[in-house]
Amino acid sequence: MDFQVVVLAGGASKNLTPLVSEEIPKALLPVANRPVLSYVLELLESSNLKDLIVVVEGSDAALRVGGWISGAYVDRLHVEVAAVPEDIGTAGALRAVAHHLTASDILVVSGDLVTDVPPGVVAATHRRHGAVVTALLCDTPISGISETGSKDKAKKLGRYNIVGLDPTRQFLLLIASGAEVEKDTRVQKSILGAVGQMEIRADLMDAHMYALKRSVLQEVLDQKDSFHSIRQDVLPYLVRSQLRSEVAKIEEGWNTTITSKTNLIWLSQHREIAPSAFHNGHELDANGSLSAQSTHKCCAYIAGKNKYCARLNSIQAFIDINRDVVGEASHLSGYSFSAQNNVVHPSAELGSKTTVGPQCMLAEGSKLGDKCSVKRSVIGRHCRIGSNVKIVNSVVMNHVTIEDGCLVQGSIICSNVHLQERCVLKDCQVGAGYVVTSGSEHKSESLAKR
Amino acid sequence: MGPKKVARSASSDDPEELARVPLQAVLLADSFATKFRPITLERPKVLLPLVNVPMIEYTLAWLESVGVEEVFVFCCAHSNQVKDYLNKSQWTKPPSSFSFSVSTIESHDAISAGDALRVIYNRSVIRGDFILVSGDTVSNMDLTQALEEHKDRRKKDPLAVMTMVIKHAKPSSTTLQTRLGTDEIIMGIHPETKELLYYEDKADHLQRVILLDKTLLMENPALRLHNDKQDCFIDICSPEVLSLFTDNFDYQHLRRHFVKGLLVDDIMGYKIFTYETHASYAARVENFRSYDTISKDIIQRWTYPFVPDVQYLGIGYQAKLERQGIYRAPDVILSRSAHVGAFSFVGNGTTIGDHSHISTSVIGQRCVIGKNVVIESSYIWDNVTIEDGCKLSHALVCDGVHLRAGVILESGVILSFKVEVGQKLVIPAYSKVSVLPQPCKQDSDEELEYADATSGVIESPSITSVANARNQDLLSDMLDVPGSDANKVGISGVGYIWSVSEAEHDEEWRFSIAPIPKEKLEKFSHSAHDDNDEVNHDESSIPASGELIPDSDGTDFDGGVGEDYRDSADFENEVEATFRRALAGVDVQNVILEISSLRLSYNMSHADCAGALFYAIMKSASDISYSNNTELSANTKMEINKWKNLLKNYIKSQDEEIEVIMKFEEICLETIREFRPLFTDILHHLYEEDIITEDAILSWENEKQGADESDKIFVKQAEHFIKWLKEASEEDEDEDD
Repeated sequence: MDFQVVVLAGGASKNLTPLVSEEIPKALLPVANRPVLSYVLELLESSNLKDLIVVVEGSDAALRVGGWISGAYVDRLHVEVAAVPEDIGTAGALRAVAHHLTASDILVVSGDLVTDVPPGVVAATHRRHGAVVTALLCDTPISGISETGSKDKAKKLGRYNIVGLDPTRQFLLLIASGAEVEKDTRVQKSILGAVGQMEIRADLMDAHMYALKRSVLQEVLDQKDSFHSIRQDVLPYLVRSQLRSEVAKIEEGWNTTITSKTNLIWLSQHREIAPSAFHNGHELDANGSLSAQSTHKCCAYIAGKNKYCARLNSIQAFIDINRDVVGEASHLSGYSFSAQNNVVHPSAELGSKTTVGPQCMLAEGSKLGDKCSVKRSVIGRHCRIGSNVKIVNSVVMNHVTIEDGCLVQGSIICSNVHLQERCVLKDCQVGAGYVVTSGSEHKSESLAKR
Repeated sequence: MGPKKVARSASSDDPEELARVPLQAVLLADSFATKFRPITLERPKVLLPLVNVPMIEYTLAWLESVGVEEVFVFCCAHSNQVKDYLNKSQWTKPPSSFSFSVSTIESHDAISAGDALRVIYNRSVIRGDFILVSGDTVSNMDLTQALEEHKDRRKKDPLAVMTMVIKHAKPSSTTLQTRLGTDEIIMGIHPETKELLYYEDKADHLQRVILLDKTLLMENPALRLHNDKQDCFIDICSPEVLSLFTDNFDYQHLRRHFVKGLLVDDIMGYKIFTYETHASYAARVENFRSYDTISKDIIQRWTYPFVPDVQYLGIGYQAKLERQGIYRAPDVILSRSAHVGAFSFVGNGTTIGDHSHISTSVIGQRCVIGKNVVIESSYIWDNVTIEDGCKLSHALVCDGVHLRAGVILESGVILSFKVEVGQKLVIPAYSKVSVLPQPCKQDSDEELEYADATSGVIESPSITSVANARNQDLLSDMLDVPGSDANKVGISGVGYIWSVSEAEHDEEWRFSIAPIPKEKLEKFSHSAHDDNDEVNHDESSIPASGELIPDSDGTDFDGGVGEDYRDSADFENEVEATFRRALAGVDVQNVILEISSLRLSYNMSHADCAGALFYAIMKSASDISYSNNTELSANTKMEINKWKNLLKNYIKSQDEEIEVIMKFEEICLETIREFRPLFTDILHHLYEEDIITEDAILSWENEKQGADESDKIFVKQAEHFIKWLKEASEEDEDEDD
């Protein structure tokens, strides 16, 4: 498959402080004790896409990510790690690596994507339609704890994008993201006119996996200096201008390669030929033969309901994804689960009367004292956990020390943290290396070293 | 009658059936529009023949076939003609086996569908769900399922008051018109429940985007936006609809006011649903183009069983269907050398002379057509005489018209009743000729398009006697008959060519019988492309909202709290205009009255009034010429002094005072920047004049405490003044102690 893959792995995302740090860029945050980037890389590998460019913001972060990849994927993938300055945006990142891109189509994947939708289907959709851009859309993830689902249902689903689709749900006709979602939606009449019927959905999320035609992408990136983000600038631009496309004009060779047959399919899908007297004898139809040269297609692939798709782009998402990967989407984790529906590494030591509930993970070398209880949580490598400790709905990373009588609930404990006796943490994030003094109670706080 | 008899009273022993009310229908025998003028000056639209049968016959026959038992025909214009017709027809004297009754309701002062429904409400004849149609509906659809869906919904949700029937119809992408000649309608429909969420039938073509309110998508995760659906104007309504019309006395138009009103109003929560019919036919004769299209559909039997050879009620004879879709009445005298082409209808008693050629046309009864006549895609009603050598294409010729030899009717010509056209005259395209002079002023007991005055159809000033006279001259010149009477068109011709107002002229070709000319289409597709070009051009710089509203001057004073921007802008403009009248010398009391009524009609608060009025005052102050800030300040103070009593009328509490300050801020920031340096000065003056109290100023400052730095410019500017105020009030308190 002539696809080149660019993985945008990000850097030290501000949304994720205090979880990310110099040592751990976003791409290396653990999801079920594996860096989140590994989910994308293995997904690409499974679709036989082995020629990758991983773009990391910040040179330090790039070194770390590169080091990890070369260790973990040596002989398996051909990965080039490119460092770009921070805050350059996703479009900027692509500009920076543009000279490496040679294939006719580019697959751009966000490094924080955790999904089981094979990139191959997105690529295939893209190819089938000869599209300029194909985006993967998935259902809006349900955040919060699924066990207390009754409570969450009252909560409104998060709204990430407003998406317009044609009746066959193959073409992307409208996309709004970010702040635009909360504003009035603006639908272009010309596009609605060409399709006749547009389905507008607020319950779909742009999963940040795009197949793009390289020539068009480079053209757009060159022409529009102000474009900062693929999601917010490039994709909406391509979608907006699909009936009147400058990029397609430049792309002359592109159109001739498409047989008239595909054009016909495009036509028949896009509009039913109404028995209208006006249609006869005038050819300048919006999608008609004459202007076929100046339209381009923006396609969408909508992931099925049974597919998992989430992006690790917030602290809540971090907890949700960790929970899901050891829970309902356990096939993603790559571990085999025990009869109790949990993963306890053989080298982990459990004290007497200590219970590890279902949907938990305990990595190698961790030790738990007596009468501990772990529920729906992930505990990293070589953690020292004392007695009478309760860990519920939490993520504990590596080399964490938790002393006796602590209660950790809904929290994220980064590596090398020390929780002294009888700490109570509820919905907190504790940055790497922090020491929580004994007996202290914290609720919904973010604790980190200055 | 209609061969279809829906099982309606088969199970009358069913307990539910016993309690049920008979299915009722309201038929509006008046379209409340002027699209069919000048013909409708003489005969109501519902009685105009459509393929030789009056339109109302189609509607009644269809209602009968769907199981309606009681029809109320509402007539207004030419009500006597409608009543006479119904009395003579078989509908009012059905055999006893039919449970189908037609009764008329008459009103002479109704000027809209809304008025009609209010009259019907007052008669309290409607007892249950009813079907609301207009008398120009042609359909063969089976309503059983739609009725059932409506009833089921009503059981679950009593707020579902109406079900609209829609049908697939794709408008042309260039003219944005369906084949029925109606403008494109944009509808937002819930994909599962089929609830109607958005309806726009008078979309501004210049606006390239449709703005969907954000709340729409917050409440519904998905929404299907259609422009490929046609509104069939067949509605299944609950009795609440009538009372809603009565409660909202300003609802006139069924769609523009009622449907949109319900969609916007979320307090009562009434809902409208849609029912899409797929295979069956449903359309409404709205204009000449749809007249043409529907006629052709009837001849091509899309409306079966309501086709000429089956439904012969209104004609009294049965037409015979021949090959190629030619219908011929029994008593036609056709010359051997005459040729009648495919998809034509020749009525009873008509004579067609040698070598005449007729194609895709409808010819009525007792017409006399001479030799070598060419009739193409035209509609000729009864008793028409066409002499030798005439050429007609895409024309509509009413009863009793006489065309003398060699007349040529260009496409889109309408000849109303009893018009006579002299020899070898060429009637130019899209002309409308009537024996009645064009009314200079529209009288309200004729059909009237309510609330559409802005489109220029009615109040166009160009319809004057001057224009008329000119046109008559034109016609008599063309007739070349010397010594013709000034009012008539000569000895050989009878009729006036109606002049067409500017605005209307542009629309003429859209709604005409004739196909849209090529040039127009080209022009349209060019402009469509230009649109797209612009889209490409400026889209990157367009802020996400607001820029397409034409008069955005000072509209954002409400901070975009989700109310209609346009309304508030309109309101401000209105207030400003009123204020200008006050400047011109209108009595202050009247101005107060006017603004108060504006406030009520726009549903604004006193604060809005105060703000708008203040804006108007400031604007008028800035309009007085000045050379420097001191002068401007003096001018402004003078204006304020002059109008403070007016302003005080609306300043009833601190809220209004704060509104005035905020408004002032906004004026300085956005509209009239010249006031910027004078902010404190004028604020002080307002304080001095007791328009604004110190409490208001202090609480304004308080409010601003938490605002952005950029918002605080004026607080900073007025810092000293505020400080002074504070000190003063402290002193006051001290004194009190």
